[in-house]
Amino acid sequence: MDAHLTCRAERRFPGGTTVEATLQIPAPGFSVTVLFGPSGSGKTTVLRLLAGLERADTGSIRLGGTTWSDANRGIHLPPQARNLGFLPQAYSLFPHLSVADNLAYGLDVQPVPERAARVGELLALLDLQGLAERRPAELSGGQQQRVALGRALARRPGLLLLDEPLSALDQPAQLRLRRELRDLLRRLDIPTVLVTHDRAEALHLGDRLVVMDQGRVCQSGDIQAVFDRPTDPAVARILGVETVVRGEVESIVEGLATLRVGPARILAADPGGLGHGAFACIRGEDVAVERSSGPAPGSTARNRLPARITALSPEGALMRVGLDCGFPLAALVTRQACLDLGLSEGDQVCAILKAAAVHLIPHD
Amino acid sequence: MDWQAIRLSLWLASLTTALLLVLGLPLAYWLAFSRRRWKFLVEAVVAMPLVLPPTVLGFYLLLAMGPRSPFGRGWETLFGRTLPFSFEGLLIASVLYSLPFMIQPLAAAFAAVDRGLIEASWCLGVSRLRTFFRVIAPLSWAGILTGIVLAFAHTLGEFGVVLMVGGNLPGRTRTVSVAIYDQVQAMDYGPAARTAALLLGVSFLVLTFTYALRRHQRKPWTLI
Repeated sequence: MDAHLTCRAERRFPGGTTVEATLQIPAPGFSVTVLFGPSGSGKTTVLRLLAGLERADTGSIRLGGTTWSDANRGIHLPPQARNLGFLPQAYSLFPHLSVADNLAYGLDVQPVPERAARVGELLALLDLQGLAERRPAELSGGQQQRVALGRALARRPGLLLLDEPLSALDQPAQLRLRRELRDLLRRLDIPTVLVTHDRAEALHLGDRLVVMDQGRVCQSGDIQAVFDRPTDPAVARILGVETVVRGEVESIVEGLATLRVGPARILAADPGGLGHGAFACIRGEDVAVERSSGPAPGSTARNRLPARITALSPEGALMRVGLDCGFPLAALVTRQACLDLGLSEGDQVCAILKAAAVHLIPHD
Repeated sequence: MDWQAIRLSLWLASLTTALLLVLGLPLAYWLAFSRRRWKFLVEAVVAMPLVLPPTVLGFYLLLAMGPRSPFGRGWETLFGRTLPFSFEGLLIASVLYSLPFMIQPLAAAFAAVDRGLIEASWCLGVSRLRTFFRVIAPLSWAGILTGIVLAFAHTLGEFGVVLMVGGNLPGRTRTVSVAIYDQVQAMDYGPAARTAALLLGVSFLVLTFTYALRRHQRKPWTLI
């Protein structure tokens, strides 16, 4: 069966930049597809292609049996004909209209009583009661975000496009709204495509992940699967895996691969399809640091690597420990642990790493 | 004072401004948003009256309206009268002469409207035309006001083009600036001084009013 949304399109900009938009939403109803990547990777362009604000040079976009765009047949539905809800990054509320008029803006074809009823519903849904007569300039960032979302929802769109919906807010508001937004989207039961460059936001809000870099889609699929098993090192780096190193596969015994990285050896679960080279992706959270260098009885961790501390830098409640164990390795530990062990630069320590936490990407 | 000339000038300026507004909204929209490569040509043509001597513009207009040009002949067969030295001819000349004073403030104001607002409107299913009237025009009110004021004031004060195209027929083509010129030529300084003072006062009042309305806009020091 065909996917609900199929987008396979390309936009070429003058000057040589090309952005490729390849994504699918399997079914109608609630799902959040996250477009993830560094700034300049083309995420917003993909959203604009879906919205019809950019015209694809090749390829096609189809939603639920309707062709929105088909470069070969010269089809390009304007945004007005796509029945979508678009939340731009800057919110773009109409500054000369009140909150109620902003919400009702797209409803002008409906009779006045229905319009008023819908505005009332939206004010209640987004917790904006009492603000109906305010101008956008008189609202807080979070309120503006909710008005913009309400305006996008007013016409009951078939697809919701959110461009960095939380990035304009301060940190506490972001954390609070992440959960609220996901709950709201679930209740609305509309397929959503969301752009973000924030890993935590992607993990909180998304079901499916499309990783983009330099105008092309590097990997897409179920969000946890992509985070756990990036298919190439660029994706791993984009996803924020602290350590990505290349090594040689020495042996594979009973599903356990031994990777030689410089002078060090790392044991890792065999993902299958290994040749002689592979990238090891190791998250800082998965690396522990110990003072003793001898074998520890009663530990399941298969990797104990002698290491020297090269750098210590605080990251919120955590401390990032830069290690040299023949290759650069980063560990994230709590500050208290760091104090208790009295870690300082130049110390000889032992890096502890479960084989299951090392993700190998075949690379010859 | 020559009240007949004053009335004629006010009527001419009002009609010119109204015509320019109707013409100017779509033309300025096109200039503000079109991505055509040859747009600069249209921009240059629109700006021409700013630098062209009025006599030169008047001369070519006179030729274009004359019985030897297809336009002049066409007008005559359609309406049964000739254009040169008529009020209609003067009106056409005024519209062309004041074109940049309407177009430039409009186009600048339209182009300054946040693109994101326009796109947000489209994505809410609102057509381009309705987006213009619901978003672009309301947010460009200061530029539209400036265009109206400048076009009106500029038409009120025009002289060279009037002489070339309209001549000096009382009640038909004799405008207030021509009247002042005539009075001075006839050494009739009293009425000339009163009429000049009236024009000075009107110009000052209109500009003061415009600046006062726009005083909260970002660039108070320029009208365009």
